Amino acid sequence: MAKVLMKGNEAVGKAAIEAGCRYFFGYPITPQSEVPEYLSSELPKVGGVFVQAESEVAAINMVYGAAGAGARVLTSSSSPGIALKQEGIGYISNAGLPAVIINMMRGGPGLGTIQPGQADYNMAVKGGSNGDYHDIVLAPASVQEAVNMVMEAFDLADYYGTPVIVLADGLIGQMMEPVEFNYVCKKELSPKTWALTGKGDGEKHMVENLVIEASECEAWNQKHFEKYAKIEANEQAWEEYLMDDAEYAFVSYGTSSRIVRTAISYLRDAGYKVGMIRPKTLWPFPVKAFDKWDKNIKKYLDVEMSMGQMVQDVAYACNDKNKIEFYGRTGGIVPAVDEIVEFGKKVMGGDK
Amino acid sequence: MAVIFQKPKALTDVKLHYCPGCAHGIVHRLLAEVLEEMNDDKNAIAAVPVGCAVFANKYFNFDAIQCAHGRAPATATGIKRVHPNKLVVTYQGDGDLASIGTAEIVHAAARGEKITTIFINNGIYGMTGGQMAPTTLPGMKATTAKSGRDPKINGNPIRVCEMLSTLDGPAYIERVSVATPAQVTQAKKAIRKALEIQKQGLGFTFIEVVSSCPTNWGLTPVKAMEFVREKMIPYYPLGVYKDITAEEGK
Ligand SMILES: Cc1ncc(C[n+]2csc(CCOP(=O)(O)OP(=O)(O)O)c2C)c(N)n1
Ligand code: SF4
Ligand SMILES: [Mg+2]
Repeated sequence: MAKVLMKGNEAVGKAAIEAGCRYFFGYPITPQSEVPEYLSSELPKVGGVFVQAESEVAAINMVYGAAGAGARVLTSSSSPGIALKQEGIGYISNAGLPAVIINMMRGGPGLGTIQPGQADYNMAVKGGSNGDYHDIVLAPASVQEAVNMVMEAFDLADYYGTPVIVLADGLIGQMMEPVEFNYVCKKELSPKTWALTGKGDGEKHMVENLVIEASECEAWNQKHFEKYAKIEANEQAWEEYLMDDAEYAFVSYGTSSRIVRTAISYLRDAGYKVGMIRPKTLWPFPVKAFDKWDKNIKKYLDVEMSMGQMVQDVAYACNDKNKIEFYGRTGGIVPAVDEIVEFGKKVMGGDK
Repeated sequence: MAVIFQKPKALTDVKLHYCPGCAHGIVHRLLAEVLEEMNDDKNAIAAVPVGCAVFANKYFNFDAIQCAHGRAPATATGIKRVHPNKLVVTYQGDGDLASIGTAEIVHAAARGEKITTIFINNGIYGMTGGQMAPTTLPGMKATTAKSGRDPKINGNPIRVCEMLSTLDGPAYIERVSVATPAQVTQAKKAIRKALEIQKQGLGFTFIEVVSSCPTNWGLTPVKAMEFVREKMIPYYPLGVYKDITAEEGK
């Protein structure tokens, strides 16, 4: 398929359709409203269903029903709307159902700002709903990567039986880039024999959420954690950028990693041996990347559009909290390249 | 020997946990009987609530999903949009439907979502131990309104059938009860009518059942049914609030 120039928000909508998703339930919010706008006209063309829900709470509970009914289903929102979806995300996670949730993050907390942010890291990665659970969290850094990740998200969701969150931000949602839709599924997916379809002549299906006996509820949780262990073993993904000779490594994801990448070229020109580990999965966090490079690295330079929500995961991954320096902007401010270059020079000093 | 009475096959053998005199058990049975008579238990998918009926999925011998508190109409919307040819039923209490889930029920009704809601109005939060519900009558005691609901302090009850019947989305709305044998017969007819309208794809259908909660009302089962007849029904009058099939016939 030839490349087409598309806005991020529309491209992720098309990616969902290309992945076989035929159901979208959502509610408008800047900077992601083009996702529901696009799908409201495109889904009916392929026999799909678009419902503008009365709230994000309703939207995610519609997703719960559609997922339970065996469909590939999408919702999208931006930070305050995702906060509202947390109830349903917990229920879908607990039921072990597949669903894809896109968050085009903006600055917070509360109503915050409509400018891009990355301060929903904790909500997505640490679990914003109640109880012990994880969702897979994918973090694209370009429109093309957002497309690929949305398509992959449906496979991961179906394969593991879990919600997958695509954690992008308003910049990626609003930006135009040439994209192609050529992702191919690498996983073998089994038929959804558990889905609510009416029992017909067979056994009835149940999607359960209340496990009232504590011992049964603990066992239920432990089953989830066996699944999570598999995901941690198999699905960590990251990009290594100029790491071969690096003595310092930026750690940055999504939009902030784009600026870091440019800053690295200036720092390299100035003689610094610096690279980047860019997590593509935030959960599972790519600990393996740190296992691989840690012995070469004197300091990690964590750059985020938040006050440092990823720092603890980097500290855990490298097993040394004193090895991390952090630079972040928040509240909708995207850092400039020269700020990152300055930060890099300050950390690395004369160490070229 | 001919069987003259047996449990509907659309109910499982799991022992119901409801208190004696509770309306939930009666309404479960009516729904099961109707589905079986329509030969549609195999096509039915229930969205069950958080409330005393949270385990209805274990009692119904057809597909079911346990929903978040109040969200059954949204979850049922998701199911129905995926399987437009199945019979999708939400089963909800009054706290579930008329308090935490008010937005979900109003909008499912307004969209004309082709589902059936069975609404158990027992005027109390049964499962959590008798707190005030949106439907608790003025003067009626609850653990969070100990000297009786005072509208000046606690606000006023909501009459859901009346409210939903102002919308264009619903196709059928009826309020029934199960406090006399005649009412039980009428309740069953109403449930059947609602499911048939759903099957015809005519719109949203809603059956409110004015119900009892002897345990949290502090009444014996017999006294509780009396309370339904003497106090609840005058405040929540029985009858058909909307019927587009009758309007069409006019
Ligand atoms: C989000 C949330 N809030 C509160 C509760 C606690 N809770 C469980 S059932 C219930 C009330 C149920 O009352 P009703 O819907 O009237 O059902 P009944 O038990 O009377 O049939 C409440 C408040 C919950 N489970 N989830
Ligand atoms: S507490 Fe009330 S509503 Fe719940 S089972 Fe007992 S009588 Fe029924
Ligand atoms: Mg109640």
